[in-house]
Amino acid sequence: MGMLRRIWPLVAVVALLLWPQVAASLGLEFYVALASRILILAILATSLNLLVGLCGLVSLGHAAFFGAGAYAVAIAAVEWPGASGAWWAGDSAWLAWPLAMATSALLALVVGAVSVRTRGAYFIMITLAFAQMVYYVFLSLKKYGGDDGLSLPRRSRIPGLDLGNDTTFYYVVLLLTALMLVLFARLVHSRLGTVLRAIKDNEVRAESVGFACYRYKLAAFVMAGAGAGLAGALMANQNSFVSPNMMHWEQSGVALVMVILGGVGQPWGALVGAAMFLLLEELLSAFTQRWQIGLGLVLLLVVFFAPRGVAGLFARRR
Amino acid sequence: MSGLYLLEQGLNGLQFGLMLFLLAAGLTLVFGIMDLINLAHGSLYMIGAYLVASFTQATGSFAVAVPLAIVATAAIGMLLEATVLRRLYRRDHLSQVLATFAVILIANELTRAVWGVQPLTLNVPAAVSGSVELLPGMHYSAFRLVIIGAGLVVAGALYLVVVHTRVGMLVRAGASNRDMAAAMGTDIRRLFTLVFGCGAALCALAGALLGPLLAVQVGMGESILILAFVVVVIGGIGSIRGALVGALLVGMVDTFGRAFIPAALRAFLPPALADAAGPSLASISIYILMVAVLFWKPQGLFPARG
Repeated sequence: MGMLRRIWPLVAVVALLLWPQVAASLGLEFYVALASRILILAILATSLNLLVGLCGLVSLGHAAFFGAGAYAVAIAAVEWPGASGAWWAGDSAWLAWPLAMATSALLALVVGAVSVRTRGAYFIMITLAFAQMVYYVFLSLKKYGGDDGLSLPRRSRIPGLDLGNDTTFYYVVLLLTALMLVLFARLVHSRLGTVLRAIKDNEVRAESVGFACYRYKLAAFVMAGAGAGLAGALMANQNSFVSPNMMHWEQSGVALVMVILGGVGQPWGALVGAAMFLLLEELLSAFTQRWQIGLGLVLLLVVFFAPRGVAGLFARRR
Repeated sequence: MSGLYLLEQGLNGLQFGLMLFLLAAGLTLVFGIMDLINLAHGSLYMIGAYLVASFTQATGSFAVAVPLAIVATAAIGMLLEATVLRRLYRRDHLSQVLATFAVILIANELTRAVWGVQPLTLNVPAAVSGSVELLPGMHYSAFRLVIIGAGLVVAGALYLVVVHTRVGMLVRAGASNRDMAAAMGTDIRRLFTLVFGCGAALCALAGALLGPLLAVQVGMGESILILAFVVVVIGGIGSIRGALVGALLVGMVDTFGRAFIPAALRAFLPPALADAAGPSLASISIYILMVAVLFWKPQGLFPARG
């Protein structure tokens, strides 16, 4: 196990770096887009893991920030065509992607200001309630497609890169995913991460030692929102399409399932969970129309036999 | 705005609220006693509705089909409890969410396998398909009156059982403090299987009564599950009285919101904006209600845990 534990992250990194070449030589170009989707959902799940794993805050409304980021990119591209190629145009990644993160972070600040006062099941329900509100608002925004959704004229621009090319886009997404995972791992051991874990373990004690728990939890909620916004911006680009379904509560549920599947609080967990979920979906649906039964059974097996998630099986026992 | 219209909307709200209560009653007790977040509760409602539709087709009688479906759904519910959910009581909420999410996936796919992907139609029984003149000039659907009647009877009976009988006392003791109730000699496990079966039966009844009004289709459970959870949280987890009050509040706010908010907005907003904002504000109204309740009473209206 010891060797395996050290080798498999390396194997994963090499596989992810070489994947477009391998896929192209096997004639499996479609799977480059699938890999991009896995990585984007890994960013979403990692941002949720920051809440669930680090703070013990189980949010069932995370898709609201995912969708808000996606709509920020789409609306900027439609409303602000600007000078083509300029960094301040609406379809420039330099403008649109930070804008998406800022939009989602701001939304998270508002939602979090009320939500993080509650705990346990009440936190689950109140985040769900806010996400439903955001969902219905976008459902009724007829100007931006309502329930039909909104198509992007083209993918965002980065000077010198052709993001319209699936392979180029994949590498950009891979870079951002790696950044996100490194940030998450650094955060776990940072001062902020330590305080958040202390709050998770015993909020009363953390408060009495002098930490303003509310502010720390709110900060984590806003950071998680910004991460989800980035994932939403990338998914809008991947699909060249956004719709209110991105913020439906079942999308929040799927993100949560990915986190649990991979392993709550495990640095690699979200990536493993996202990959397992999408690959299982892909594999099982190739064999049978009734793939959801297979997926359900696998999830049950994980709950009963791998309570710390799949990444937890490989992690060092503490 | 005529008084008759108000009365009609009030009846609609009452009818919707009572159906929500049937769903929320089982959910809140399961949540309160065993601390189990059961996302699959909506699946039992879906299965109940499908069974009623099938039995109605087989026997030709809605009145025969409903009790059959209730018994069958209760049996399915207890089977689910004995095979999967029983293993989850001592686990954290996250494992429960994952496992019951898996149960939803499996239940939906099995339903598709058995009944196909097309929604089933469940017709309103012929005897009550007409309308009744409640007041001079006010006609109201006879079937909706049946729903209100059945809902009132079941809600009343449930309330009496839970608040005024020995079994009900044990249920309330379990919801208030499970370990203490067990220490006093209550067989919490058996009690819980019983509660779960009753909850499943109530789901089937709600599915049977709402089936003719809505489409019987895969996914019907998930959309109403969220509303049932809203009711549970507003009422206070584990409180049957809270579930009743919460259900009626949600039913009324939702119905009146849909009936009046769009018109009210048109009075002081430009029409285009009012038409866009009206429906979404109406859909949002119950969530605003929930956030407001949790803001003032973080444990819900009637906290069950002492």
